[in-house]
Amino acid sequence: MTHSDGSQSALRRRLAELRGGPDVPPRPLDARALAALAANPGCRRRALLDGAGVDKAALAEALGAPAPFGQSQFAFARGNSFEAKVKADGGAELIRLLCASTGETPPEPGEVALPDLSADGPSGRTARTRLALAPSRAGDEAAAGTAEGGTAAEGGWALLFHPMLALDVAGSTAYLEPDAIAVHPDGSWTVAEIKSFPVLDGSADAAKVGAAARQAAVYALALEESGVTGEVREQALLVCPKDFSNLPTAHGIDIRKQRAATRRQLARLTRLEEIAAALPRETVFDPARPAPELISAVESVPAAYAPECLSTCELAFHCRDRARAAGAVESLGRSVRGELGGFTTIDAVLSAAGAPHTGGGDAAGAESGQDAGAGGNAGAGPGADTGHAGAGSGDPAAVALRRAARLRAEALGAGRTDSRVTPCR
Amino acid sequence: MSALARMEAAAAGLAQPRATVRHRRLAERPLVFVPLTTAGEAGAPLGAMAGTERESPVLLVVPQPRDRDLRFAFLARLAGVVLPHLESAQDEIEWEERKETDPETGKKETVQVELCVDAPQLIVPNGPGADFVRLLGRSMRFRRTAEEDPEGPYPAPPGVPLLGRWLTLYGERARVPGSSLLLSMTELLSRHWATGQSALEDQHLGALLAWIDPPEGLSGGEAALRAEVGRDSAGQLLCPPAGPATDPAFDNRLLAPAIDRFDARLPGAEDEVRELVASQLRPAWDAVWRGIDLLRTLPEGERVTERFKRDRWSYTAHRDRVRSGEPPQPRRDDAVTAAAKLAQREREQARLEAQEALDDPLVMAERRFAGEAFAGEVTAVEMAYSEGKRAMPRPLVTLSTDDRPHLGGGVKVHRALVEGARQSAEFVRYETEGDGDGDADAPRAGDGTGTGTGDATLVTLRLTSGMGRGKEPAPGTVPEKGERLCWTLFEHTPRGGPELPEVEDTPWTHGGPPAEPAPAGVPAPRGTTAPGAAPTAPPQPPLPDPVTSEDLL
Repeated sequence: MTHSDGSQSALRRRLAELRGGPDVPPRPLDARALAALAANPGCRRRALLDGAGVDKAALAEALGAPAPFGQSQFAFARGNSFEAKVKADGGAELIRLLCASTGETPPEPGEVALPDLSADGPSGRTARTRLALAPSRAGDEAAAGTAEGGTAAEGGWALLFHPMLALDVAGSTAYLEPDAIAVHPDGSWTVAEIKSFPVLDGSADAAKVGAAARQAAVYALALEESGVTGEVREQALLVCPKDFSNLPTAHGIDIRKQRAATRRQLARLTRLEEIAAALPRETVFDPARPAPELISAVESVPAAYAPECLSTCELAFHCRDRARAAGAVESLGRSVRGELGGFTTIDAVLSAAGAPHTGGGDAAGAESGQDAGAGGNAGAGPGADTGHAGAGSGDPAAVALRRAARLRAEALGAGRTDSRVTPCR
Repeated sequence: MSALARMEAAAAGLAQPRATVRHRRLAERPLVFVPLTTAGEAGAPLGAMAGTERESPVLLVVPQPRDRDLRFAFLARLAGVVLPHLESAQDEIEWEERKETDPETGKKETVQVELCVDAPQLIVPNGPGADFVRLLGRSMRFRRTAEEDPEGPYPAPPGVPLLGRWLTLYGERARVPGSSLLLSMTELLSRHWATGQSALEDQHLGALLAWIDPPEGLSGGEAALRAEVGRDSAGQLLCPPAGPATDPAFDNRLLAPAIDRFDARLPGAEDEVRELVASQLRPAWDAVWRGIDLLRTLPEGERVTERFKRDRWSYTAHRDRVRSGEPPQPRRDDAVTAAAKLAQREREQARLEAQEALDDPLVMAERRFAGEAFAGEVTAVEMAYSEGKRAMPRPLVTLSTDDRPHLGGGVKVHRALVEGARQSAEFVRYETEGDGDGDADAPRAGDGTGTGTGDATLVTLRLTSGMGRGKEPAPGTVPEKGERLCWTLFEHTPRGGPELPEVEDTPWTHGGPPAEPAPAGVPAPRGTTAPGAAPTAPPQPPLPDPVTSEDLL
């Protein structure tokens, strides 16, 4: 993806304006946010706000629907102490775990290069990382003093702690900071993720492992697009505490699927230029602005809310309020949405279910049509046909709804005669 | 259909029923257990509230969760509260007959075996709470007391390993569909009520209760929102999460400073931590009891007792294993046990789905909607006999139904008779109302949603069983004209798959027979061996986890 310098800087200027001016520093886009974004690629609101580096937590607070995110200092301390333990002794433990997982012969202590990656600013650090990723080709400069001599010619081990990678996302650059990247003697790379959830008897929380794999996939993607020739290994290394101790254990996790999925989803993201171009000129997402102005600014970008957003997006509570107020069926879950064919609002569903053979169909059509304009149709796939003008009596979805309502009423009627159904009030 | 119920709830601002009877057993005296854990630390409990009396819960607190001695003291007191409850039903037994194969003669013989009359119940607030029970069980069952292993470092207080084994049983049993030994309140409530929010949001116990039973003057949605995000002036949640994780704002602003004061040995600091932990536990404790009240308003489903009997078998078998001195449950199941567990869960899932439908017209309505069952009125009964050496009654019954079952040639259907008996029938043909002879392949057969115009279909079935052994059907087994029947396309007692081999006969495709366990008393060098060598080492099931000197836990 190449851009002429002119359009790049124009976009950058435009995004800064949206953020509230050049003085407001952008919030960096991390791998967690990218993975979440890739999980809901239809959400233009999230794509734009993340891409522009808007402080969504502050924005949500200003909108009156703050996100309940936060990290306990206990978890923070535990995570840090575990990471420090894994990285101790020049990463000897990490290399040992990696070799045990891949079957390679571990190098002697001291043979692992630990290039210094510190530099001013993210682009400087990205440049240093790029040099360090190819130690054999970049000469001895990166392998500062440790892996000299014979090994340097054929390439040796190197560990990059907190390197920085750049990834182009929907037209803006995101800087990513993996926990560690290992460079193998054959020049290939392994992404290492250090997490503090335990691996208990060889198995761990599937949701957490999945999240770690998606995160590693984002890093792998960024490595592939770093411009350095080399191969990213298909297995990422997940390092976790073993059982109830704080001894590290490591497992290779296959990230090919996640990498392919993330790549596809990121490619599907609407280009930020397009989203930004559709906005009124004066739109600004500066949390310091008054709430009504912010609300209309946020409303001007369509969102694709789903309950899954609640755990990943700071704005989710705001979007949920809006979805509920509009009576959108998405607020009840993606599966519910999927069952309902063309219906988009709860009112439309209920009137279709409750009013057989009457004018209910027309009303449903009108309401769902209205809702489609309000932004419910920004989603992917089935959301494309949301207008649903034909919610008349012949429509299979409406017919099924009427049957469901009739069966439900019949069963509840039968149940009520011999037992109390609704407990209180 | 449950989606429709959610929408009705959203529109009404009040949860709507998803069941007309209670599909799980609620013991008369369940032990409610509300655990809290320290963020980021596996198996480092912060505190718990437990007990069978709603007015007088036992509060257990670890003032410094990283201190091993304090944690052991907590586990010992927990064992003091929970073990008596779990062991309370061990001695009251009844005799059951069971067929067993005699190992010498190979004949099947009937033997008398003990079965505990009751199995005590544990109730936790939510799914993660049930997982935490499993985790606690895992962290305790391999510990050794000073009596068992006088040499070992960090001996566990008595009762702790035993509690670990019981909690492991309960945690594992909770994965069997329809089991009632360990229940999570959110799962129970969301099984019986549909709220106007998503299933994801239903996992918040406070919000779920707010939908089902909102406080005066608030709609379910408003009350749920308040339960989720409402905070007091100090920034603390009005309705703290029901554990086991705590709210980060609580950790950072209140708990961490209090623990620091405890570490500095300031007077009164321990009481302060206790009060803080209690402030987080009490709302969840009360919420669980409120949930129990709500569930008690529903009458128990007819087949719940039958499923509970399986729980009693499981409880009795565990009691026997403990009494005969068997080692704790292994870290990982062997191939045969794992396969057996999976098969059991699949079987129980099918059984649960069938039984819930038979117990509850509302659940049956969902199956009817899905085309897996149909109800209708008998319009004609025609006596017929099979053409065999011995003619058996095979009456033809025609029903008029509004449902749209997925019937086709030779499909079997089932219905429940009185006193647990069952009757099967096979589909013969569709008939269109009025003209009498329709075709077996009715035009609507393939269309599950049907045309739904409300017009009835006539379905003719041939009864094939449930009529006794005689030449004439036993009285009352053949329906009469005008009777209303409900037939299902699914079996009422699903059969399991083929039998699995004994553990000793595990095929090589599944790793072969497990290695002999290492003799007890071998020192545990697990912490020092390279992990690369670990998989090839023989399993040493009863050894405790490695403990290092810098181990925080």
